Amino acid sequence: MNHLPDDLRRLEAEAIFIFREVIAECRKPVMLYSIGKDSSVMLHLARKAFHPANLPFPLLHIDTTWKFRDMIRFRDETAERLGLDLIVHINRAGLEQGINPIQHGSAAYTGVMKTDALKQALTAHGFDAAFGGARRDEELSRSKERVFSFRSKNHVWDPRNQRPELWNVFNCRIAPGESIRVFPLSNWTELDVWRYIEHENIRVVPLYFAARRPVVRRGGNLIMVDDARLPIGADEVVQDLAIRFRTLGCYPLTGAIESSAATVSDIVRELETASMSEREGRLIDFDQTGSMERKKREGYF
Amino acid sequence: MKAISDPKVKAPSGREGGAVQRDLLRLITCGSVDDGKSTMIGRLLLDCGAVFEDRRRALERDSKAVGTTGDAPDAALLLDGLQAEREQGITIDVGYHHFATPRRRFIVADTPGHVHYTRNMVTGASNADLAVLLVDASQDMLEQTQRHSFICALLGIRDIVLAVNKMDLVDFDERIFSGIRDAFAGFSSSLHFRSVMAIPTSAVLGDNVTRRSGRMAWYHGPTLLEQLEIVEIHADAAPQLRMPVQWVNRPDATFRGYAGTVASGELHPGDEVLIARTNVRTRIERIVSMDGDLARAGAGDAVTVLLADDIDVSRGDLLASPDKPPQIADAFACDLVWMSEAPLLPGRSYLLKCGNRTVGATITTLKYRVDVTNYAHLAARQLALNDIAYVNIATVEPIAVDPYQENRTTGGFILIDRLTNETVGAGMIRFGLNRAANIHHADFDVTKAARAQLNGQRPIIIWFTGLSGAGKSTIANLLERKLYALGKRTYLLDGDNVRQGLNRDLGFTEADRVENVRRVAETAKLFVDAGLITLVALISPFRAERRMARAIVAADEFIEIFVDTPVEICEQRDPKGLYRKARRGEFRNFTGIDSPYEPPEHPDLILDTATESAEHLADKVMQFLRRRGVLD
Ligand SMILES: Nc1nc2c(ncn2[C@@H]2O[C@H](COP(=O)(O)OP(=O)(O)OP(=O)(O)O)[C@@H](O)[C@H]2O)c(=O)[nH]1
Ligand SMILES: [Mg+2]
Repeated sequence: MNHLPDDLRRLEAEAIFIFREVIAECRKPVMLYSIGKDSSVMLHLARKAFHPANLPFPLLHIDTTWKFRDMIRFRDETAERLGLDLIVHINRAGLEQGINPIQHGSAAYTGVMKTDALKQALTAHGFDAAFGGARRDEELSRSKERVFSFRSKNHVWDPRNQRPELWNVFNCRIAPGESIRVFPLSNWTELDVWRYIEHENIRVVPLYFAARRPVVRRGGNLIMVDDARLPIGADEVVQDLAIRFRTLGCYPLTGAIESSAATVSDIVRELETASMSEREGRLIDFDQTGSMERKKREGYF
Repeated sequence: MKAISDPKVKAPSGREGGAVQRDLLRLITCGSVDDGKSTMIGRLLLDCGAVFEDRRRALERDSKAVGTTGDAPDAALLLDGLQAEREQGITIDVGYHHFATPRRRFIVADTPGHVHYTRNMVTGASNADLAVLLVDASQDMLEQTQRHSFICALLGIRDIVLAVNKMDLVDFDERIFSGIRDAFAGFSSSLHFRSVMAIPTSAVLGDNVTRRSGRMAWYHGPTLLEQLEIVEIHADAAPQLRMPVQWVNRPDATFRGYAGTVASGELHPGDEVLIARTNVRTRIERIVSMDGDLARAGAGDAVTVLLADDIDVSRGDLLASPDKPPQIADAFACDLVWMSEAPLLPGRSYLLKCGNRTVGATITTLKYRVDVTNYAHLAARQLALNDIAYVNIATVEPIAVDPYQENRTTGGFILIDRLTNETVGAGMIRFGLNRAANIHHADFDVTKAARAQLNGQRPIIIWFTGLSGAGKSTIANLLERKLYALGKRTYLLDGDNVRQGLNRDLGFTEADRVENVRRVAETAKLFVDAGLITLVALISPFRAERRMARAIVAADEFIEIFVDTPVEICEQRDPKGLYRKARRGEFRNFTGIDSPYEPPEHPDLILDTATESAEHLADKVMQFLRRRGVLD
């Protein structure tokens, strides 16, 4: 029917089915929009699922105030261009306490500015289903998660007690106050995401493409100096290197890779021979062992 | 010896490739606990270059900390990602992983062997084309291996790789391998697999996983990876069109699209289609997509179609080929896997979700339960966690279905508990038991409304629930006298009396109690239809059945009254001496003693017999009936 290779077509159809099922059965869904490549793909798939209707749900961005400036620019442009209903939520209490990734460490900071913020927003709006762009190839605890993943009233995930999930017959029923996290990209790999971006011409944040940018080396990572808030140690040097990002988040916690991949097809080729996983550059996954599972149990995406 | 196809030659492309089109094989590993499933898949991932450098390093670190293989990396830790799994060294839930060779792309679901987590294995099996069934060469064939084989067959997996693993523990002895292979062939012959390839392996050492083993020169067949690459996967694609309508897309008054995923067959603009439920025919006008209209859509495609006629179609309807329509029925014979800690009780009402349709459903007959060790049929009155059975099921409305073996989408369903929302069962339809189209509900000229009018009253069910000795019969009796005095036509269905006749065949097990309540509820419904004010005095201990009783009549035809007497007081009164006998252990399953009572969550009325007299409480009910407008 279209120009997509079979495997991508299958993944696309599966994701569209999931979007429609949620809209048909849930009361008040929302899409968690993190501005990254997975979110871009998710947004594209959702538009396909409901075409010619508009998106039947809003997008929610949890803004920690430490995102790359390019991400925020891209977010606002995208919302404008596609006429999206975008909710931006910041944990004001955390902000007033001055919680930041530099002094408080990634674990505490993520807990307050991401996990708590997300729970605040979901509760305040009464969303009963939230789409997320997580994939099972990203991380071990994710490989175990259902497509429809249940959260108790306190947004807690209980990995030992997941509902059976057969075929594509999804049980969307929940009690008042409970919610579902839904992952339409569960069965995609990082490479699938980029191949799909290439085939479908999907726009992504420019930071994914190599360019010379100012960085410092810190604990084996390349941290981009995105604004003046990043303290530079006396023994550190800011240098311009050709870098790009495989994953985007809060800039002081996101490591870049040296790369010359300047186009989507360069990236696809680079990934085919990559030896490191995409999460290697994410400082927050490594701050404690089993940290992703723990964060997810607490309500992190 | 060097592997025949050494996937490491171009290591990283083992993960996946861009340009070449490769087909996708979805597989599961299954078998008994500790047979080496996770280790085997870990080995495959490592040998196919599907593990990134940083994860390899993490694996080495983790292996030292929690591994089971001494200093060598414990490949199972690449899969057992939950903290609890690592602590216990077992798999708890199914995990999904990707790998690829130049020939094929694979998604493998690594499932737990432990019997307690069988439902997680079922989850993995439901989407698999092939199963790698592991057996520990150093052990006898275990019950769990047989259960998994049976489940694979039931869910429609036709191709099996029998990996006889841990050959290193039996000195790579060919006789042990052939013994297990033949034993499997023996007991699985009734399961009708299309292909079974037995391979002797050592997941820990890597023998015959991706590399041919020098230690088992007597084996000449393929390695596991070779078998996975060459096995033919026929999609058993049924030719007839089936497209469940998932969502109606109505952005404005001019556009009414039906969104859904084609389950089988093809769609083209101009094709004639049948709406199965209403038996109405129409034509496909357009297939709409964000990239423009399509000339064709096939199985697996998620589409939006416009129909030529303005007809009644909604979510849960099925578009089908007019020449090969699905069966429309409200009773089915099906295979069922039970996945809940709470037992399956025939007669209890569940929700059934098939395709995009959700309807109320009841197991009407438990024909037999399967003994997984010898596939014998056993009589059963209820099902426990992980039981597999053959049952008849009835739905409250007719639905359109196909046999599961012909179509997984229109033949597979889940059962959902109405109260906990848990997914409690997975069903595979064999055939419809009736053609609902042929069963007419008999309509008569004298209607319920006419009978009610002649009686000059509003027929209603007044349902008293509470413990034995709570005072249900006493209050119901007083109430009936008061109603009679007002000239109302009534009938009192009392638990004890009903058990002497209509329900004489029932005992006090959970299953029988469910059936007891169901029959009384249906009888009460008929009496309401006859125009009577119907009083029911019945312990009716379970919420689910009381909810069912309420659901089968109109919303304003049911009043639930909770006679709320604490068990200590009932036991003191003990009018029939039953509590004393139950305490002495003379009989079992006595509500409040060794059988549960679930108090109503939202009763219409609560009567407290500890502080008020029965006479007074009956008056209270009368007042309530007046307020509800039942008595004027
Ligand atoms: N000697 C020997 N040990 C093995 C082999 N394969 C696995 N093992 C060991 O058997 C134990 C269990 O392996 P797992 O891979 O966790 O078993 P599993 O089948 O995934 O177990 P569950 O998922 O919990 O059902 C581990 O200690 C493995 O190292 C083998 O071929 N030979
Ligand atoms: Mg395992």
